[in-house]
Amino acid sequence: MIPDPFPYTGWLFGRLSWAAIPIHEPILIVTFIMVSIGAIAVLGAITYFKAWGMLWRDWFTSVDHKKIGVMYIVLALIMLLRGFADALMMRSQQAISFGSNHGYLPPEHYDQIFTAHGVIMIFFVAMPLVVGLMNYVVPLQIGARDVSFPWLNNFSFWLTVSGAVLTMISLFVGHYSTAGWLAMAPFSGKEASPGVGVDYYIWGLQIAGLGTLLSGVNLVATILRMRAPGMSLMKMPVFTWTALCTNILIVAAFPILTVVLALLSLDRYLGFEFFTNTSGGNPMMYVNLIWIWGHPEVYILILPCFGVFSEVAATFSGKRLFGYTSMVYATIVITILAYLVWLHHFFTMGSGADVNSFFGITTMIISIPTGAKIFNWLFTLYRGRIRFDLPMMWTLAFMLTFVIGGMTGVLLAVPPADFVLHNSLFLIAHFHNVIIGGVLFGGFAGINYWFPKVTGFRLDEKWGKRSFWLWVIGFYFAFMPLYVLGLMGVTRRMSHFDNPALQIWFEIAAFGALLIAGGIACMIMQFIVTFKNRKQLLDTTGDLWEGRTLEWATSSPPPEYNFAFTPVVHDRDAWWDMKRHNYQRPTTGFEKIHMPRNSGAGVIIAGISVAFGFAMVWQIWWLAAITFVGMAVVGIGHTFNYNRDFYIPVERVREVEEARTRELETA
Amino acid sequence: MSNVALHHRSLDRAPMTRPAIFSSLPNPSNWPRIRALGVAAMLAPLLSGCNAIVLSPHGDVASQQADLVIISTFLMLLIIVPVMVLTVIFARKYRASNEEADYQPEWEHSTQLELIIWAAPLLIIIALGAVTWTGTHKLDPYRPIERIAANKPLPTGVKPLDVQVVAMDWKWLFVIPEYGIATVNDLAAPIDRPIRFHITSSSVMNSFYIPALAGQIYAMPSMETQLNAVINKPGTYEGFSANYSGEGFNHMRFAFHGMSEAGFQQWIAEARQSGLKLDRASYLKLAQPTIDAPVMRYGSILPQIYQLALNNCVAPGTPCIADQMRRDRETAAGQTPGSSHMGEMAMAPHSTTPVGASQDEEGDKLAQAPLRGAGLTPPSMLPPRPVLAESRSPASTTDSL
Repeated sequence: MIPDPFPYTGWLFGRLSWAAIPIHEPILIVTFIMVSIGAIAVLGAITYFKAWGMLWRDWFTSVDHKKIGVMYIVLALIMLLRGFADALMMRSQQAISFGSNHGYLPPEHYDQIFTAHGVIMIFFVAMPLVVGLMNYVVPLQIGARDVSFPWLNNFSFWLTVSGAVLTMISLFVGHYSTAGWLAMAPFSGKEASPGVGVDYYIWGLQIAGLGTLLSGVNLVATILRMRAPGMSLMKMPVFTWTALCTNILIVAAFPILTVVLALLSLDRYLGFEFFTNTSGGNPMMYVNLIWIWGHPEVYILILPCFGVFSEVAATFSGKRLFGYTSMVYATIVITILAYLVWLHHFFTMGSGADVNSFFGITTMIISIPTGAKIFNWLFTLYRGRIRFDLPMMWTLAFMLTFVIGGMTGVLLAVPPADFVLHNSLFLIAHFHNVIIGGVLFGGFAGINYWFPKVTGFRLDEKWGKRSFWLWVIGFYFAFMPLYVLGLMGVTRRMSHFDNPALQIWFEIAAFGALLIAGGIACMIMQFIVTFKNRKQLLDTTGDLWEGRTLEWATSSPPPEYNFAFTPVVHDRDAWWDMKRHNYQRPTTGFEKIHMPRNSGAGVIIAGISVAFGFAMVWQIWWLAAITFVGMAVVGIGHTFNYNRDFYIPVERVREVEEARTRELETA
Repeated sequence: MSNVALHHRSLDRAPMTRPAIFSSLPNPSNWPRIRALGVAAMLAPLLSGCNAIVLSPHGDVASQQADLVIISTFLMLLIIVPVMVLTVIFARKYRASNEEADYQPEWEHSTQLELIIWAAPLLIIIALGAVTWTGTHKLDPYRPIERIAANKPLPTGVKPLDVQVVAMDWKWLFVIPEYGIATVNDLAAPIDRPIRFHITSSSVMNSFYIPALAGQIYAMPSMETQLNAVINKPGTYEGFSANYSGEGFNHMRFAFHGMSEAGFQQWIAEARQSGLKLDRASYLKLAQPTIDAPVMRYGSILPQIYQLALNNCVAPGTPCIADQMRRDRETAAGQTPGSSHMGEMAMAPHSTTPVGASQDEEGDKLAQAPLRGAGLTPPSMLPPRPVLAESRSPASTTDSL
């Protein structure tokens, strides 16, 4: 609990005081020291190698969709470490906290950890992972130079970073929310959660959510308006289709999150009564609203991964994707139904049987297109020539794992079954089964698949396989016991147990978490070894996997303009079709290329937004006012910047393309 | 880490009280249950090392819910198992090194296969949807108990035991108006007598759950949910909150005793011996946040204490929500507030302390007051459910499952 601010300096520091620094928490102090050492090392290295200018010019202010995509994925991987550290702490706490042993995490600390774990994994790992993949791949797949609004793209990314930074600050200044990843009212209200935790949650998500929304708008516009000539909607690669549907979901769903968090802020800051217990407020409204966003959110995460699996399955089977049309319609049906199922998250809130049955059955109906998709991947393998490279291994692991999660999901959609399994560890096992087995495996398949495109060399196979097996086996060890515990009536979010019969299952789960930790370590090794051996792993063809879609038509890494000539599309598998018809890469007739210019405005506004969020959290009103005005001024100032574009001269284009020609000849 | 040793250890510590699973198969003449047997046989070895209370409960409602879990799982395995097997077979057979396998790089469509691909999940979902519709209605927590157990109809004239439940930070208060007692973190009910829970909360949301008895339902402040259930076997079972509610959540647990009628009467008598009275003052004291609260018994109660808790007006001088809503409604309808037939509960318009000095009488009337807000009819004010349930779905159709 934060004590009252000092009466005379209250205006200066708001609620902030020395008491907010957790010097009495050894775990946090150690973490802080580790993070500080890491940060000093990284910043020192950047300074030592005089890389600041390069980073600022070529990356931070870049409006190139490829660089922004890479930065999203880097953010996701960094935040994965934090989110997974939380997971390890929870697993170890639950494995030892039995009977007289209360473990090492008191409830108020444990409650912050599961909240942070959920928020970070969803908003700052899974979201940047899929948004990063879409950002990188979609413009290349549709033969575009960049996204529709390149600066907006940069701005969106930095807003996501700001949200992550604000969430991380809560670790060392004050405390984080203890209200769970959805901050359910009335627990998240002023009365039950008076501290700054929920405020960190609100502002972190408001800022990051705005970024996601803008990015969604951008990608919808890009896919609808910037496809290469000949690429009708039904000739788009499946990944692009899933990206389109996902971004439509984002555009429709994220405003709901913004509104519900704004209403919660009004409750907390100005004493409104939207979600309180009295004065006409109703917490059930919060539960409904947050899930009207929250359910589409899980489809936002999974759909692009379905797209990745479709691309990988077709490429590594050396075969067209089976049932493209039904795949597309399945995606569209899922997109629409995603809005008709939210109530299945709270069958136990007392709706009548008719309402519960309706939402239960709509939920089950979603499994029909999803099932059709699984079958389509299955028959893509059929009569193929399957190469078991890492992306394909992740895809097969997904197919075998995801169906289990799908099954338990449909089980939870049967309201009477949900009455006995709701909020249990069975539910936890279910959604980790689909999010790890679907979203993360999809992200890893995508990273292994497109890494050679991004860098020009492929990822090390040996460490990749180690990582794969540790992850997959670790997943089963970590989450199958939770299904069993759920059936034993164990509920979620507990930090202590009395029944010793449960302990063995938690120990198995903790062992699984350790295996996953090994998987993450191997993944880091994979990147290090790859960087070391990049010469041997070099790919000069630009088409390492015998790809089928347009991103493989250009060099690896692609030039900043992606394609010297906009490709013309005749077939769904455009690049496959071009290769089959003996496509000759043009080597003359280049023209200058119109490109967007980098801008620092996005980084600056997003940077100020961190200070704004921090000021709002601690109620430092003068700072909030200044930073708010600051953001507006920089934003408006940016609109007067007319120096927004430039031409890559024809000489430069010719130079790059000729280098590529020589490279292809030696390949 | 030896699996066998661990297996024995957990068996030693949690001996199964009776064969798991099979308890959920009371009626062999029922087709889904026969099939469930097959699934049970598959699951049994997996779960034999633990007491999977959710699958082998001791109350009729929970038993039927467990049946549904098993039936649904079985229906889905019909499609999941072939998919998993085919995935492995195809991945093996069509590996690149197997040159003999058929390779058709252009093959991408087959109308027959597409038909199967969409029809197979559709058929499963139609079956599951039917099970869901009937099961959801039959096991609606608001629906009064219609049978004691499978093949054991409800004797006529049995009145359900009403239990009023208030979830507090962080303990459970149970009021049994029929006997005029209240307890904290301890509850008993006679076996084979229907129980009707009326559930609310004093501060945040919780979820009232006794896995051995019946599925859970949320406990929400200023609102009431209901749960109808029956316990079939004597024993002491765990009850707890299944919805995270803050720092003391870990310890928000209580014992639920299924007892013979005589044992239950003795339990009541014990509670009556307590000199404590649950009135406004002791309620407010109890509602203060405490962690790991001990079992408490109140030998007497203020009869309307639950209604006051539900309406968030136990504290003297707090306006009751029912009154507030009625007043708002009347103001909106252009009537003079307080001029309706509830006039005897009248309070001055816009008065901040509408509840008079004679607090305790006021509560009785309050229980009759219609509660409506934001266009919603709270569950507590709905007409009795049997009427609704019968009019919507004749018992003959829902019971055919």
